[in-house]
Amino acid sequence: MRRDLAVAGFMIVAGVLAWLLFFGLPRWYGDVPAGTRAVAAPSATTPLPPGRKIKARLFYVADDGLRLAAAERDVPFGEGTVEQAKEIINVQIAPVAEPTLSAVPPGTQLRSLFVGEHGDAYVNLSREFSSAHQGGSLNELLTVYTIVNALTVNLPAVTSVQVLIEGKEVDTLAGHIDLRRPLAENLAWVQ
Amino acid sequence: MTFRSLALFSLAVCSLFAGLAGQSVPSSSPITLLTKEGRRPSQVTLVGDQEFVALDELAAIFQLTVREDSLGAITVSYKGKTIVLTPDQALASISGRLVSLPAAPLDDARGRAGRGGHHWLVPVEFVSRALALVYDARLDLRKASRLLIAGDLRVPRVTIRYEPFGTAGRLTIDATPRAGSTVSQENDKLSIKFDADALDVVVPQVPSQGLVQGVHIVEPVSLVVDLGPRFAAFRASTQPIDASSRLTIDLVATQTEASPSPTPSPAPPPPDLSAVNQPTPSIRTMAIDPGHGGEDDGAKGRGGTKEKDLTLAVARRLKAALENRLGIRVLLTRDEDKNIPLDDRAALANNNKADVLLSLHANASLRPGTSGASIFVAAFDKAAEDQARASLGTERLPTFAGGVRDVELLVWDLAQIRHVDQSAELARIIEQQFRDRVPLSPRVIDRAPLRVLESANMPAVLVEMGYLTNAEQERQLTGNEFQNTLVQALVEAALRFRDYLDAQQHSPTVDGAAAPKPPDVRPAKAGSPHQ
Repeated sequence: MRRDLAVAGFMIVAGVLAWLLFFGLPRWYGDVPAGTRAVAAPSATTPLPPGRKIKARLFYVADDGLRLAAAERDVPFGEGTVEQAKEIINVQIAPVAEPTLSAVPPGTQLRSLFVGEHGDAYVNLSREFSSAHQGGSLNELLTVYTIVNALTVNLPAVTSVQVLIEGKEVDTLAGHIDLRRPLAENLAWVQ
Repeated sequence: MTFRSLALFSLAVCSLFAGLAGQSVPSSSPITLLTKEGRRPSQVTLVGDQEFVALDELAAIFQLTVREDSLGAITVSYKGKTIVLTPDQALASISGRLVSLPAAPLDDARGRAGRGGHHWLVPVEFVSRALALVYDARLDLRKASRLLIAGDLRVPRVTIRYEPFGTAGRLTIDATPRAGSTVSQENDKLSIKFDADALDVVVPQVPSQGLVQGVHIVEPVSLVVDLGPRFAAFRASTQPIDASSRLTIDLVATQTEASPSPTPSPAPPPPDLSAVNQPTPSIRTMAIDPGHGGEDDGAKGRGGTKEKDLTLAVARRLKAALENRLGIRVLLTRDEDKNIPLDDRAALANNNKADVLLSLHANASLRPGTSGASIFVAAFDKAAEDQARASLGTERLPTFAGGVRDVELLVWDLAQIRHVDQSAELARIIEQQFRDRVPLSPRVIDRAPLRVLESANMPAVLVEMGYLTNAEQERQLTGNEFQNTLVQALVEAALRFRDYLDAQQHSPTVDGAAAPKPPDVRPAKAGSPHQ
């Protein structure tokens, strides 16, 4: 009997610890992750599955089509700059519902991402990022700075971003913007 | 070209006119065939934007044999050499070598049913790109001036520019290749006779200033300048410039601004020729870059317009207009549907010492309502500018002729940095000229790290003419009227930018004035981020 009680007590303690570990702590820390500029406004996107998450400023095409508009979105928490950067990019390039419009071409996927010691991030995207692009200087600017600003604005450790396509350095996305070097944050293209 | 072939040509022209008389096929202005024996007009048929000539007529003129095989291929033979054309393919095969044509041959059966068989129309470029490769004599098609030159004739390309200088004025007439000329005055006309067989010239409009009333051609090799009532005297000089000879005629006005003294002067004052001693204009060569090309269509409109086609069409118009109005050399980075790497486009401008680079594009937006033209200037961040400055220097390099020469060097990727202020001024001038003529975007002038501009070692801007993703703008951009207006605005902008550069040359206190000759550029990889 005593032994049964001890086993039951152990199970309850283990259950509480497990809840704390997997649900309680992530919720507790979820709003203020280290290394990000958190924003407290509610999200307008499809709710993420339960789990630790952060608020990030992501970028979509403004109503006038001439600029980007910043929007706060829930992004899954990632441990460290690289993991968090991957989570941000994954949400940034995900399809969005009308009337929100993304400058990232449909079908684009994140292949890999790494961050250099000087804060230059390298975002390796699938070929759709270039091949499905609609063209036009302004359109290309908005697409490129969607990715650049999504990382530089939300991750202080990232100061510039270079886009790679299928692991390779490219001249431009659609014939205009020089992608041979990392690009610094540019909020001139944001409302 | 023999007498027999000319007779055949006359017959062909007559039959061509007769053949086309009953049709509703739109015609373009005729092309004049120039031979040692004389000149003859040849009819041109316009289908869409493409000009065609009848293959039958070419066969008669140039003694070609045309036959079709069972598979539909058209074989054009001349003295044992063959050109094979395939319907629906914009290609010609010449002894196994493929040459691209701007359009496929067309079967022009309309109105000719009575004659039976196919009657092919071929793009006019067939003559210069395919026929010229098999024909005995030189064939030179000059579409802008509507000339087809057969044989070794001296037909210099002549550009005319008139510039008023206060009360005086200057006519600058460039002939390429070089051709001698004599200038003589007969009453109220100046006659300029060239030592040539014919002239390839498009006469520009001359602004009314009272000195010159107009310029026109007197066949075969003379230009006549109609002098205005204010004309008093002229002075002509010729100098060689590269492959051209430049005839400069300074015109001086009568002194009409009389002094208040009631006593009439006993004799008219001598004309003041000092007013016309102006320095060489600061823009002698311009490079026009039609964006995209080949497999790179660029932006696309819902109506099917491709950016690459639009930019090339406008670039060709702009080239002709700049040559005529400014009398300068104008280079196109591409003159066909071909993809040219961005570095090669800048290299063409750099290697030809172009004074200005204009890259022409059409924009796209995910919002179909977005519209309006905009102008981009290259953007660099501070680190890149510091790097460019640090890399500037002079190196002593050996020359081919022996000895050494000091060469100023600049990083290729950052060549534009030293010109960004002038590029911004050019953008501002273009904006001024676009206003009230061309719909503008709310963001008219912007800076961006544009690849094609970064290596340009001269003032350079990228002009987005409008949005192909806006249905109304797509319709507008493809129309003749809009394209002419846009070209006119760009020509005016080039004139004003030249004035701006001239003023800088005269004012050593202005930033960037008295700048040394642009340096040579070397390929290098910049490692710093830019904006």
